[in-house]
Amino acid sequence: MPEFTDLLFYGFAGLALFFGFLCVANPLSRSPVTSAMFLVLTIVSLAGLFILLHAFFLAAIQVLVYAGAVMVLFLFVIMLLDLKEEERRRFRRFTVGVGVVAVGVIAGLLLQTVLKAVPYSQTSTVLAVGATRPLGIILFTQYLLPFELLSLLLLVAMVGVILLTKKELK
Amino acid sequence: MNLFDYLEPTTQFVIFSAIKILIVFGVTMTFVAYAVLAERKISAWIQDRVGPNRTAPPITKFIPILGPMLVRLGIFQPMADGLKFLLKEDFTPAYVRKVYFWLAPAIAVIPAFLTFAVIPFGSTLGNPDNKMVIADLNVGVLYTFGIVSLGVYGIVLAGYAANSKYPFLGGIRSSAQMISYEIAMGMSVVAVFMVVGDLNLGAVVQYQAKHGWMVLHQPLAFAIFLIAAFAETNRLPFDLPESESELVGGYHTEYSSMKFALFFLGEYAAMISASAMMVTLFFGGWTLPFLSEPASSLLVGLLHIAIFIAKLVVLLVVFIWVRWMLPRFRYDQLMDLGWRRFIPLALGNILATALVLAFISP
Repeated sequence: MPEFTDLLFYGFAGLALFFGFLCVANPLSRSPVTSAMFLVLTIVSLAGLFILLHAFFLAAIQVLVYAGAVMVLFLFVIMLLDLKEEERRRFRRFTVGVGVVAVGVIAGLLLQTVLKAVPYSQTSTVLAVGATRPLGIILFTQYLLPFELLSLLLLVAMVGVILLTKKELK
Repeated sequence: MNLFDYLEPTTQFVIFSAIKILIVFGVTMTFVAYAVLAERKISAWIQDRVGPNRTAPPITKFIPILGPMLVRLGIFQPMADGLKFLLKEDFTPAYVRKVYFWLAPAIAVIPAFLTFAVIPFGSTLGNPDNKMVIADLNVGVLYTFGIVSLGVYGIVLAGYAANSKYPFLGGIRSSAQMISYEIAMGMSVVAVFMVVGDLNLGAVVQYQAKHGWMVLHQPLAFAIFLIAAFAETNRLPFDLPESESELVGGYHTEYSSMKFALFFLGEYAAMISASAMMVTLFFGGWTLPFLSEPASSLLVGLLHIAIFIAKLVVLLVVFIWVRWMLPRFRYDQLMDLGWRRFIPLALGNILATALVLAFISP
């Protein structure tokens, strides 16, 4: 049933955009907690899009890592901050400028990828089943070096955080 | 049934799935109600009390011997409890954040029920294609962990919405606790899937039917999973988020009536789903050592479901039993146990399993 899948795609894509918009510019509430919750909903909608691409593993990881762990920590930190000040803050010219530049760069990258991309059905033979096994095999053969380097990057970040939280250095 | 065969396969699939969802939901809700009764009865026996033994609808008078016996067992207590929760005043304090205050109980309940979607609770029923699992996902366990990890939002938001000290502390404690123990839980399961070589829970059951229960292959993984499950469901000895003696009631202090009941519904449903996961991962799911072939007849199919439920009940009783036997941990002890004992142990277990798989039995 191709029509039904298309419908689901537009549904999830629309929801992702809608929630994403409410995350950054909510007309009803400027509370950071509300923004964070809308970000969670955006992430869940994106997971729905991954499922439509048969990438079940990515969808599960998306929910597990981002919605389930990272955003909970975000919420944890936001709740401990002084929210009143954040809600009162107005936009500054510098912030808007940096935001526009960042969005422009990311949109450019996306556009480049979309223009280069080959239609879905021709490239996705390996990942078509959405299985974890082919993904693991590719990660540990073809992309072993970048994969290991990324883990090193995470380790550096972790060590950095521990160093920063230590009050006195010996 | 003949009429049914005329329908398209997709329509048949949708109808079958809808029926399965309804039945699983109904059975789980009944289980939740009676798990509360079991909790009260078992705690009573442990503390040398009698427990609920009075509640009775007027009709029981007319049943000669069975009636009074059922009343003494407290069979009717859950109905009275449910009615009481529905009829009590639903009070919303003036200073709460309204939207989150309403959302939080719902968010606490939904994930606990969603987990059941991937658990194979029986082999097949009637038709060999009619598998007794709602969604046969090839990433089954990752789905479960994803959903379980969303469960923390209900509690965190309840703490935040209440806008007062004790619920907030409860919410903060709970988010730290659940994140910490989720890591240990996830890592303990990695070793299981290294042995099986598949993330599908049905495949895990098949493997255990052939090679014996996973608890014998991976006892350490089971121990870590069991203890982490206690922490994930906020049960004693890890019920710090709601510890009455220091936080009044923790995250649900400001709640009353059905909203309050929903948190408990969520907790018991999470307990049942954790037990169901353990049965599937470590105790062979619906199989018994001499009964591991997928069912050929309706009767055997029902027997498989009964075996699954029997194993589930045993684990539920363990959950309840432990609650009334152990004192509560201190918060720093809880964190220490999670991060400095279980995570290294689980990592070591993964390494040991990898070495055994690579060199001894590939």
